Amino acid sequence: MSSATTRDVPRWVSVVLLPIVNLVAAFLVSGLVILAIGENPLRALAILVNGAFGYQEGIGFTLYFTTNFIYTGLAVAIAFHCGLFNIGGEGQATLGGLGVGLVLLWFDFLPFILILPLAIAAAVVFGGFWGFIPGYLQAKRGSHTVITTIMFNFIAATLMVYLLSQVLIKPGQMSPETREFLPHTWLPFMHEMAAWFGLSLARSPWNASFLIALLAGGFMWVFVWYTRWGYEIRTVGANQAAAVYGGISPSRNIILAMAISGAFAGMLGLNEIMGVNHRILLNFSAGYGFVGIAVSLMGRNHPVGIVLAALLFGALFQGGADLAFEMPKITREMVVVIQGLVILFAGALEYLFWPYLAALFRQKEPVAAPAAAE
Amino acid sequence: MNDAGVVGREAAADLSSAAALPAAIELRNINKSFGPVHANRDISLRIEKGSIHGIIGENGAGKSTLMSILYGFYQADSGEIFVDGTQQTIRSPDDAIAAGIGMVHQHFMLVDTFTILENVILGAEGGALLADGLDKAREELARLQREYELEVDPDALVGDIPVGIQQRVEILKALLRGAETLILDEPTGVLTPQEADHLFRILASLRDQGKTIVLITHKLREIMAITQNVTVMRQGRVAANVRTADTSTEQLAELMVGRKVLLRVDKKPATPTDVVLNVDGLRVVDGLGVERVKRVGFNVRAGEIVGIAGVAGNGQSELMEALAGIHRPTAGTIQIGDAQLTPTSFVDARDMREKGLGHVPEDRHRMGLVMPFEANESAILGYHYDRAYNGRILMSRHKIVERTAKLMHDYDVRPDNPHLPSANFSGGNQQKLVVAREMEQNPDLLLVGQPTRGVDIGAIEFIHRRLIEMRDAGKAVLLVSVELDEIMSLADRILVMFDGYIVGEVAQADANEGMLGLMMAGVDPAKQQEAVA
Repeated sequence: MSSATTRDVPRWVSVVLLPIVNLVAAFLVSGLVILAIGENPLRALAILVNGAFGYQEGIGFTLYFTTNFIYTGLAVAIAFHCGLFNIGGEGQATLGGLGVGLVLLWFDFLPFILILPLAIAAAVVFGGFWGFIPGYLQAKRGSHTVITTIMFNFIAATLMVYLLSQVLIKPGQMSPETREFLPHTWLPFMHEMAAWFGLSLARSPWNASFLIALLAGGFMWVFVWYTRWGYEIRTVGANQAAAVYGGISPSRNIILAMAISGAFAGMLGLNEIMGVNHRILLNFSAGYGFVGIAVSLMGRNHPVGIVLAALLFGALFQGGADLAFEMPKITREMVVVIQGLVILFAGALEYLFWPYLAALFRQKEPVAAPAAAE
Repeated sequence: MNDAGVVGREAAADLSSAAALPAAIELRNINKSFGPVHANRDISLRIEKGSIHGIIGENGAGKSTLMSILYGFYQADSGEIFVDGTQQTIRSPDDAIAAGIGMVHQHFMLVDTFTILENVILGAEGGALLADGLDKAREELARLQREYELEVDPDALVGDIPVGIQQRVEILKALLRGAETLILDEPTGVLTPQEADHLFRILASLRDQGKTIVLITHKLREIMAITQNVTVMRQGRVAANVRTADTSTEQLAELMVGRKVLLRVDKKPATPTDVVLNVDGLRVVDGLGVERVKRVGFNVRAGEIVGIAGVAGNGQSELMEALAGIHRPTAGTIQIGDAQLTPTSFVDARDMREKGLGHVPEDRHRMGLVMPFEANESAILGYHYDRAYNGRILMSRHKIVERTAKLMHDYDVRPDNPHLPSANFSGGNQQKLVVAREMEQNPDLLLVGQPTRGVDIGAIEFIHRRLIEMRDAGKAVLLVSVELDEIMSLADRILVMFDGYIVGEVAQADANEGMLGLMMAGVDPAKQQEAVA
């Protein structure tokens, strides 16, 4: 390989080192901002890390946020493998939550063991349907998913307002929410599950949907790399002409990928509706769908990377909340700035430092190559 | 810019009185290599002022490279360029335009959503406010239209006008920038015969007004019809510089193709049996709405190789895509084995494979392989649903890798690492991988497009031998190639395609290059015999 391409650079530089460098850059700039408002950046960092990982309740909150990011990250990733950009995670999550909520409202006469699969199916079907429509429009009508998915976010949000204010609202109250689900339909919290085994964990919203998220990641890994359908989706994403040559229908796979993408996003409803809020309410998607784009990018569209990136963003959310609490000058909005900087460096400016890193590690190649050839 | 053009013209006039006969363009000893490929070798030619000069040659003869050097896209490795008698260094298209050279590309460089007027001033807007530039350009356009029969509606959207008019816009663009010499690259490739006639009238009137035209083409008819001088290129060299009046179509064809030794492949005479593929009245319209295959009919029998010769772009690609199930034809029938297919019962590439078809596509980068995929993943493209590669639900990566390793060994693909990304193999090895994949399924009918394009000599021989082996095993092979040598040495019967039609059929024993070359240029073989007699 004489040509200077990405191939010459060891894989770990791109997969491990680059995200770390991006993260450090984001923290450096954040540090400057914190300095500018007259606070100590190092203390801020210490509070942030301690808030995210320093005590049991903090860890619980971190992992609760992480759960949401895994779902939305997986959603963005599967669409990306088909060459699509799904920024409709918000709307798909909203619909998924609606589906979960309806099951819990209408089928609460069933035992939990039957409700759980029903709720998962509802999350998948409702979210998947909200991804299927933009997928269909892209495949059959050429309407770009970037446009349609973002429009569908608004449709989902207003649909929810209508349903909660007019149809599903608990009679005799002002806030647009349904009644609380019966307790036996709730997903167990992690601290409850720990108690079954005689372990004691601090109370936190971290619940069993975290395990479902990990399973979903495993499912995606198998689906994308070990099934015909995943193969077809990846072929369409990499080269549509080759797909048609191979008898693979681009439109079918675009629709399929968008439906699965929507299903992953819809499963966010398991965490928020079935796990934590125990009622259908407004705006529970809270921007997780958009952050999922950064999670997927940073995680290189691979489930393992996505879980790690989701953990990072979960820590930022939880640690950031503590930071806003501990340092009066750092407001909630400041924390959003820090999160924004991480998204900027890890997502939008992902390859900012790549040429330098590549140059640095390419030089070592000729030394190593002859040794390998021996 | 306009003033500069006028000054330049006056200066050129002064020079012309000084020197005896300054050529509009003179190239001396131009050399250009791309890696190991010597695309232009010692090219010297002279283009007279106020003439139409043709440059012909087969694909890969170096015509386009030479013109790209003249227009500043590439730099020559050595050699000199003289414009109007003065030596010029042309580093970019801007330099070329400043020297009075304009180019009309084969693929137009226009913005569909702009009007003709807006397109014409693109890159020469002349200030922050468009209005002044637009008004000036409108006047200039009106003047040019009067002078050269170049009627266009300046306010029409480029996306709405036919290709013939779009080409006129390109010519106007060049003239408006003060071009004295106009290079046209395969200008009639996208035109109907009527549009082409109109173009030639425009070119003639430009010439009569003192402009110089360079016409790059592979159509001998056009050369004979309109040029004064012609340069024939072959394998990167100038094969001849002749006056058109002193030559003939036959002589040009011979110069173009050359008399080089054929890479004959040893093979026994074919023993064709049953008809495997029968095509009747097939028509294919491409994405732009242009009919590329016109009422084509032929058959291929088991145990023979049928070759389709022709200059690239005469409908061969579309024909192959229709046969392979990639592009739906608009009319006609395709019979493969027992299955009869019409436009309404058309099936996709996967169903075609199930009917016993294999397909080595002519563009392996675009279709044959998925470049970011590992070699083993590319090696199952089109057969990924095959039971051999799948368990009940999951794909068997183990079996896929194992079979790929075997393919790589049998077809001598190097390096024989099934996990290497497809893009990391050389052209020849990529092609061997595609050929291996398609042949290993043992299809009854194999479609092969440009099997040796960009492939090294060793791999060419290997692939040719494999094709003959398939034929001898009683399979039908349909081969499309722009390499005459390849067609002549492999095919038992040769069909020639021109402009979407099959011009004629020749048995291998009766074929010679001169005759095929003429047929490829659209000359009817019957008429040709008259000329000989």
